[in-house]
Amino acid sequence: MADLSTNFIGIKSPNPFWLASAPPTDKAYNVERAFEAGWGGVVWKTLGEAGPPVVNVNGPRYGAIWGPDRRLLGLNNIELITDRDLEVNLREIAEVKRRWPDRAMVVSIMVPCEEQSWKAILPRVEDTGADGIELNFGCPHGMSERGMGAAVGQVPEYIQMVAEWCKHYSKMPVIVKLTPNITDIRYPARAAKAGGADAVSLINTISSIVSVDLDNFAPVPTIDGKGSHGGYCGPAVKPIALNMVAEIARDGETRGLPISGIGGVQTWRDAAEFIALGCGTVQVCTAAMTYGFKIVQEMTQGLSDWMDEKGYATIADFQGRAVPNVTDWQYLNLNYITKARIDQDLCIKCGRCHIACEDTSHQAITSMVDGVRHFEVMDDECVGCNLCVNVCPVDDCITMVEMTVGSDPRTGKPIDPRYANWTTHPNNPMAKEAAE
Amino acid sequence: MTATQSADVKAQRLSSADYADNFSDIHPPLTPHEALVEADRCYFCYDAPCMTACPTSIDIPMFIRKIQAGNPVGAAKTIFDQNILGGMCARVCPTETLCEEVCVREVAEGKPVKIGLLQRYATDTFMEREQPHPFTRAAATGKKIAVVGAGPAGLSCAHRLASLGHDVTIYEAREKAGGLNEYGIAAYKTTNDFAQDEVGFILEVGGIAIETGKALGRDITLDQLPQDFDAVFLGLGLPGVNALGLEGESAAGVIDAVDFIGVLRQAEDLSLLEVGRRIVVIGGGMTAIDAAVQSKLLGAEEVTIAYRRGQEHMNASLYEQELAQTHGVVIRHWLAPRSLHVTDGAVSAITLEKTALDAAGKLSGTGELVTLEADQVFKAIGQTPDSGPLAGSVELDKGRIRVSDDRRTSHPKIWAGGDCVAGGEDLTVVSVEDGKIAAQSIHKALMA
Ligand SMILES: Cc1cc2nc3c(=O)[nH]c(=O)nc-3n(C[C@H](O)[C@H](O)[C@H](O)COP(=O)(O)OP(=O)(O)OC[C@H]3O[C@@H](n4cnc5c(N)ncnc54)[C@H](O)[C@@H]3O)c2cc1C
Ligand SMILES: Cc1cc2nc3c(=O)[nH]c(=O)nc-3n(C[C@H](O)[C@H](O)[C@H](O)COP(=O)(O)O)c2cc1C
Ligand code: SF4
Ligand code: SF4
Ligand code: SF4
Repeated sequence: MADLSTNFIGIKSPNPFWLASAPPTDKAYNVERAFEAGWGGVVWKTLGEAGPPVVNVNGPRYGAIWGPDRRLLGLNNIELITDRDLEVNLREIAEVKRRWPDRAMVVSIMVPCEEQSWKAILPRVEDTGADGIELNFGCPHGMSERGMGAAVGQVPEYIQMVAEWCKHYSKMPVIVKLTPNITDIRYPARAAKAGGADAVSLINTISSIVSVDLDNFAPVPTIDGKGSHGGYCGPAVKPIALNMVAEIARDGETRGLPISGIGGVQTWRDAAEFIALGCGTVQVCTAAMTYGFKIVQEMTQGLSDWMDEKGYATIADFQGRAVPNVTDWQYLNLNYITKARIDQDLCIKCGRCHIACEDTSHQAITSMVDGVRHFEVMDDECVGCNLCVNVCPVDDCITMVEMTVGSDPRTGKPIDPRYANWTTHPNNPMAKEAAE
Repeated sequence: MTATQSADVKAQRLSSADYADNFSDIHPPLTPHEALVEADRCYFCYDAPCMTACPTSIDIPMFIRKIQAGNPVGAAKTIFDQNILGGMCARVCPTETLCEEVCVREVAEGKPVKIGLLQRYATDTFMEREQPHPFTRAAATGKKIAVVGAGPAGLSCAHRLASLGHDVTIYEAREKAGGLNEYGIAAYKTTNDFAQDEVGFILEVGGIAIETGKALGRDITLDQLPQDFDAVFLGLGLPGVNALGLEGESAAGVIDAVDFIGVLRQAEDLSLLEVGRRIVVIGGGMTAIDAAVQSKLLGAEEVTIAYRRGQEHMNASLYEQELAQTHGVVIRHWLAPRSLHVTDGAVSAITLEKTALDAAGKLSGTGELVTLEADQVFKAIGQTPDSGPLAGSVELDKGRIRVSDDRRTSHPKIWAGGDCVAGGEDLTVVSVEDGKIAAQSIHKALMA
């Protein structure tokens, strides 16, 4: 059995699955249930300053998009940080940590961007016995209007400054949670590192309007006829999160900075992908909010089974293994040639591959052969784009097969086994200049 | 028939709740949730096999996608575009041998998308929401067309012609329009007077007058019609039934299955319908199945279908056969009727001979006899055309009207379609298509 335990910047947990700071971690009741179900750790729902807590809307706070069978693909929310009293939260954090010493207890914090505010709250959190803190620089709605959350996360100088305060006023490991609502994720990550943060976590939610109610012409969720943008999360955001994680993992300045991966993790496989891109833990919110805490058991067992199958004894054995393979387009091998292949035994003859290729790509799939409905790839037209693979409803029915010998029937050119990329390609004007 | 029936034939075999239950929808309609879940299963196939298999070529992937996209009314319009009787077809089509048989999900997983039920969901929603009629008539052409027979073929033809701007008069021999939709289809397939609602819906297009109680050959003739109208369409169906050719066939209790169903369909109160305790149905098609199942539902205790060939030869689909069996009907194969036993003027039993195919593949009796006691014997061995009213105006092919691909008869002003023409499949949906094709051909001919 693979060992799933992790030690992330000194914070230990029996498995890498943490619940992200969100409603599932807003009170002792939920967190206890999560630990009972098997979650390795939690990031407690973001705490604000002492005094009267923030208030939430009293109408709907969520909106969603769905796939077939109303499977939730993307969730949007306009919820703020915790609306419970700071004292109550701190007391519960301390109690839960005492009862579950082996689980990671990280506390998310968002207070105004003033040294005094941070100085005031940090010792209080430290007193709970929490394992670390996460600075919420990500919330894109509501809090950002008050100069917090994403409003800080979008200014690298502020990130660095607050991280420095945190390292100065506390001994706890500091994780900076990044907002994706920014053009280049490397800048805030570099700032976090420069400020002395021990790790970054990403992504927080993406600014979004999830849909428009066509009866009253207002964004959803609608509060008394009006809506405001919310934060988007769930399976739909995973690709964006993976890219941002990869950017940080391979950036010269931040390489090696510990990352807690967040965004759309639904299964063990999603988690394994984040870890392969360098993450030490993953955080989950929407999957738990959709299915309840029990899903963690699929995640831990699935990851463990896969690691056993692959012969990885610990998380570290495959952590970051995909990072060296993330590169820029210009370095991709232009001599690598693939053709789509349809497994006729699996094909159910829906014709989707044909019409996708015919109408929108390269006219490379038959629909009729000798008067019979038959879908087959014509190698002399196939550019190997992979679209048909993605539209086919049957798993593994169409695969991309590499051509290693002979010539490409589409171009007539012999297969060149050598690696050659755009930087040296004759059609690249820059390449010519460089050569001259 | 005045003979006293010593046989056990009576009404009120069941409680009134049982009647209501037994004759409710055999396939309950999908709820909105079920419809969305089912619609999500459709792959929106290219050149979809289901669409090719539909005799009226309904754009199935498109209508299902419209359901998926929250537009069931638009889905219904897609259906009506090709098949104005889409509501009835959704209820009566043997989808298991048409669209659903070739659905790629049937081929892949043995579980087709439930096209028929989705079609019903869309068309029902359309009709429940009382939408404006989906067709607008083209500018009046001034042409007049006579349609004889208000069954699916006649109604479909009339509707398409009216949409194209022609004025249509339908002559129908019976009291009500609808043809077998009204008098033949099993009651549990078309509940709540749907056939008449659908006729009303079709007529909403305008430009169609129906004259019921007018029979060709009695009140009107095929000599006169082509003189009074620019074109004539014949959708006469198959008014006759084959006889067993046995002695005693006129005894009480020996009944045409189609008549039995017709009476059942028109009954105000099913509990007043008489039905035998033991019933033998002779035949192997849809009519045999429907007569057997419905008599069982009326409270008959023992119902046996006797068919002279094997299961694989039955016209009724496997699905229909199973339906009968799950209703407790016994299907016996390789049995041909030989003699009827008549007691006090009423049938009391039927003797059948076992059959087999000989070396040459010809069906013949083996000499072994089986006698089944029966209070009623239903004849369901095929409906027959009636050439009488045609009075030699059009050429026939084995008694049915010969037509070309565009449903033209040998007479230049007469078209025909539905069960009365040669080479068809005797299905509602095929009749609808015939009517549509004929209308388009008539339009082309008249506007040339
Ligand atoms: C018992 C039974 C069950 C069936 N079940 C199914 C089923 O589940 N699914 C399915 O797809 N098909 C079924 N069918 C077949 C289907 O009903 C027919 O194929 C379809 O109704 C044929 O349509 P039509 O318009 O050609 O004829 P019909 O529906 O027979 O209509 C012909 C019309 O013409 C009228 N008419 C006849 N002669 C004259 C005349 N001389 N003058 C004026 N009017 C005349 C008749 O009164 C009738 O209204 C069933 C048939 C039967 C008998
Ligand atoms: C209702 C809701 C409230 C959230 N509140 C917070 C919060 O208080 N602090 C925070 O750092 N992130 C918050 N998040 C963001 C999540 O922690 C997480 O970053 C995001 O949902 C992406 O992960 P997922 O795709 O697994 O849901 C919230 C998300 C949701 C859905
Ligand atoms: S890989 Fe692209 S070009 Fe080749 S058959 Fe598939 S869709 Fe067409
Ligand atoms: S998309 Fe897949 S299943 Fe459908 S026809 Fe193409 S190869 Fe076959
Ligand atoms: S064959 Fe089946 S899956 Fe394909 S379009 Fe038709 S109903 Fe949909």
